[in-house]
Amino acid sequence: MTLAVGITVFVLAAFVGFEVITKVPPQLHTPLMSGSNAISGITLVGALLVAGRGDVLSAILGFLAVTFATINVVGGFLVTDRMLEMFGTRRRVSRRRGS
Amino acid sequence: MSDAASTLLYLAAATLFILGLKRLSSPLTARSGNLMGAVGMLIAIVVTLLRSGIVDYTLIVAGFLVGGTAGTILARRVAMTGIPQLVAAFNGFGGAASGMVAAAEFLANGSSTAETAVTVTLSCALGIATFTGSFVAFGKLQGLIPGRPLLFRGQMVFDSALAVSVVGSGVWMAASGNRGALWLLIALAALLGVTRTLPIGGADMPVIVAFLNSMSGLAAASTGFVIGSEALIISGALVGASGLVLTAIMSRAMNRSLANVLFAAFGGDEEAPPEGIGGGPVRRATVDDAAVTLAYARSVIVVPGYGLAVSQAQYSARDLTDRLAARGVEVRYAIHPVAGRMPGHMNVLLAEADVAYEQLLDLDEINDDFPRTDVALVVGANDVVNPSARDDPASPIYGMPILDVDRAGAVIVVKRSLSPGFAGIDNPLFYRDTTLMMFSDAKAALEDLAGAVQTV
Repeated sequence: MTLAVGITVFVLAAFVGFEVITKVPPQLHTPLMSGSNAISGITLVGALLVAGRGDVLSAILGFLAVTFATINVVGGFLVTDRMLEMFGTRRRVSRRRGS
Repeated sequence: MSDAASTLLYLAAATLFILGLKRLSSPLTARSGNLMGAVGMLIAIVVTLLRSGIVDYTLIVAGFLVGGTAGTILARRVAMTGIPQLVAAFNGFGGAASGMVAAAEFLANGSSTAETAVTVTLSCALGIATFTGSFVAFGKLQGLIPGRPLLFRGQMVFDSALAVSVVGSGVWMAASGNRGALWLLIALAALLGVTRTLPIGGADMPVIVAFLNSMSGLAAASTGFVIGSEALIISGALVGASGLVLTAIMSRAMNRSLANVLFAAFGGDEEAPPEGIGGGPVRRATVDDAAVTLAYARSVIVVPGYGLAVSQAQYSARDLTDRLAARGVEVRYAIHPVAGRMPGHMNVLLAEADVAYEQLLDLDEINDDFPRTDVALVVGANDVVNPSARDDPASPIYGMPILDVDRAGAVIVVKRSLSPGFAGIDNPLFYRDTTLMMFSDAKAALEDLAGAVQTV
């Protein structure tokens, strides 16, 4: 991938991001942040390649990067799910009786 | 797996991220949207594991186990009031990972071209500064570090010099391929993240958390340039854009520019209000006065603020509004964009307490209804209901969008004291004839009111 192609992809994706995000209502901004935060854990892909390389320095940095990015990804999606569970259902009476 | 196949599968993952974010536009589809994002992430991970080039899986499995366990525990255990600091921490971890990947890439392959040098520099600087900045924000939100702006004399000069040195060490690294230059770059960026976040006041946390979110996305995108991965570039750009949109919305809701938030060291924390502001008599209300006013109203709008979040009074608020609704009072909540400690935080807290989604209205939706409302109940909010932001061009917060509670028939303000809010500005609302003041902790006041309403 050349630099120019990378920049093209970046700019177009940023526009998609702006379009999609501006449609999210303020009520959902916290889940949006934690959810998009989890997506930024995509850097895990890079971390995996580094950690699997075999030399000592890459191994140390790679292991740390995999661990950190996994916290970001797993924790981010889970906590977002926890929040959205509270938002989505039409519960009120039924759920309160249950708890 | 062939290169073409893996590229297409990464594209599929990125598409799932976009579709998932799109589904966040409604609370009914949002949960499935988050799941789509998670599936996209799983695809990206599996594809990466199957690609050639990985010779040793031991550390990867170890990292998955440690990170997965830690992430799960944190996400399951956190209280909803603690979401802002948790998001800040996750943000920091993501930023650190991006920075480390870029650093490892440089240490293994050097910077053969100018572009790798630039992207490695960007990635390390953004990633590591996000890491330390996020953990300072975490400390402030968690109460480990004082919320007030922490500054030292000549800090602007120091920080500027630091920023220039970061760029300088990047140039040195690019020119010489020297490993020491990389470590210097990382150390300087780490320090810059700390010194740039410490001066930011507690009230500005919603903006800074959103901004750091954006930075972690940009760090991931620049790491994508370093390792030549479209998946990282696309996802990083999405998150970068998302964080910037939220940063802009938050800044606008405070009528301040991002530069002002980042550099002005604005406001204190709630424990240390400036002295000597305030004047004029206020009408103090007993619990019974306020309960009668609420119980015989036809319509009530509750305006929850930071004080409600701090005293964790969301359940007490629902209790009170349920009892009012049972008496036939029309009850709604008006949520100012900066009401919580991060964008949309108040909605999460109230949703946790099972307040119906339809009762939660944002500023634009509800502001025209105040003149037709009998009682506005303001709980732990101050600056966001200060009429001088609307009426007094001399006020420092003039132009900030506010909830027009003063236009309601009566206003009940629950507040710990007459101390001014973060902005340190007196609020004429408190001295109006139609305003009743209840000086109390939000939770205690709401519990008392709920009890009293029952017996009216």
